[in-house]
Amino acid sequence: MNEKKMSVSTNPHVRSSMRTDKIMLLVLIALLPASVFGVWHFGLNALVIILVSVATCVLTEYLYEKLMHKKITIQDCSAAVTGLLLALNMPPSAPWWMPVIGGVFAILIVKQLFGGLGQNFMNPALAGRCFLLISFTGRMTDFTYDAFTGATPLAALKAGESVNVLDMFLGNTAGTIGETSVVAIVIGAIILIWFEVIDLRIPGTYIATFAVFVLLFGGHGLDFNYLAAQLCGGGLMLGAFFMATDYVTSPITKTGQLVYGCILGILTGIFRVFGSSAEGVSYAIIFGNLLVPLIERLTMPKAFGKEGKKA
Amino acid sequence: MNKAAERLYNGIVKENPTFVLMLGMCPTLAVTTSAMNGVGMGLTTMVILAMSNMMISALRKVIPDGVRMPAYIVVVASFVTIVQFLLEGYIPALYDSLGLYIPLIVVNCIILGRAESYASKNPVIPSLFDGIGMGLGFTVGLTCIGAVRELIGSGKIFGFQIMPDSYEPVTIFILAPGAFLVLSMLVAIQNKVRINAEKKGKETKIGTGCTGSCESCGESCKGGNTK
Repeated sequence: MNEKKMSVSTNPHVRSSMRTDKIMLLVLIALLPASVFGVWHFGLNALVIILVSVATCVLTEYLYEKLMHKKITIQDCSAAVTGLLLALNMPPSAPWWMPVIGGVFAILIVKQLFGGLGQNFMNPALAGRCFLLISFTGRMTDFTYDAFTGATPLAALKAGESVNVLDMFLGNTAGTIGETSVVAIVIGAIILIWFEVIDLRIPGTYIATFAVFVLLFGGHGLDFNYLAAQLCGGGLMLGAFFMATDYVTSPITKTGQLVYGCILGILTGIFRVFGSSAEGVSYAIIFGNLLVPLIERLTMPKAFGKEGKKA
Repeated sequence: MNKAAERLYNGIVKENPTFVLMLGMCPTLAVTTSAMNGVGMGLTTMVILAMSNMMISALRKVIPDGVRMPAYIVVVASFVTIVQFLLEGYIPALYDSLGLYIPLIVVNCIILGRAESYASKNPVIPSLFDGIGMGLGFTVGLTCIGAVRELIGSGKIFGFQIMPDSYEPVTIFILAPGAFLVLSMLVAIQNKVRINAEKKGKETKIGTGCTGSCESCGESCKGGNTK
């Protein structure tokens, strides 16, 4: 309701209708295809995880701000986005208390203790996921569904088995709730790009760098089946479009965004090809988040008139 | 003997090396995977701290100012070597779990800090109690961190099962990140309590008038030069 009050302020005057709440709502809408597919594909437990995770994040934010006598910011939907992303990053067989722990950690420690939205130094959802991954490695890597015990396509790929790329593209595989279907994720990504919430700079350079890295060091040469499986597998698409592009934890300069995308691609490649685990997107993005202040410092455009001076 | 009690209180509460002075972070973060390790490391450090404080205080008029650091290190290293052999001989289990961190006590900044800022300026008996107080403070800090990490990370305290069987240990707390999380939480709680106490007008006065850890001993430096 604040907008209706007459307020006098100095420039710059924001004329855009794109406010935090609208952007976050669009992200939520864009995540719907992946969520709906996850629930349809993995069953009711996936829905329980999603609801518990979103509820935990929103409630944690509300209670913290209430207790600390701060402005309540749950209506900007950012906590809901964190909760949904966290849920999409969890295996469908996870018990209900895992999203609770992850959500409290993500919102309370990673986001609110550092000053709330805009101040968090790494993506809360991913930090929550990594917290759970380190703490409950067994449960977080148990991708059983429909009594079908199978490795994720990436794990199978790492073990040298062949995988069905079409199944991976459509999402008919094991994995976390939101990462399996490339189609659903790309639909969401198109929505975001259409409304100019994100642009292709970070996801584009991220995926391209990763593809080049896999071709060069993957050990399979020019095997496009392998390349496609690496691109469609794991959390790469979800991470590239929805988590690497997080406004708070990605660089604001245009060159910086390109550099950031390249770093993420190389890190993911290193973790996937040379690491012990088949997956590496979450750690790559978290690691990239930590480098963002440095990237911004190095790529900050010079103010007009300062070009000639030596810094 | 009033001076001794004051030194003990100063070390354990007022200038607790872990929670107030933030000294000795390396062993604090590394060995506190369980409460037992915390107690072991804390008491080991306390013995060395008390002995070296006493020795350095006794030698304070003999040690030339220009080479005081090497001299302190020789004293501390001698005691560390003695304690290390004693531990290896009599408590091999603790010796194994502390490992490399026993020889590293030589460069523990609490010991050198107390030698520099207290023992080198004060008589033997207060220095001994300063060492014991600081050591106990360090033990309390390490044990608290160790207990919390052990409780959350494996559901036990001192090896006894506390949590019910259905409790799923949060493994991250016995790994390195857990040390940072628990330490920061405990410092936050401690600060909260202290600030509330100060608001009530209770005279706790922690760290007021100090610009750094070297000058942390407000009383002993009163009127004298701080360097």
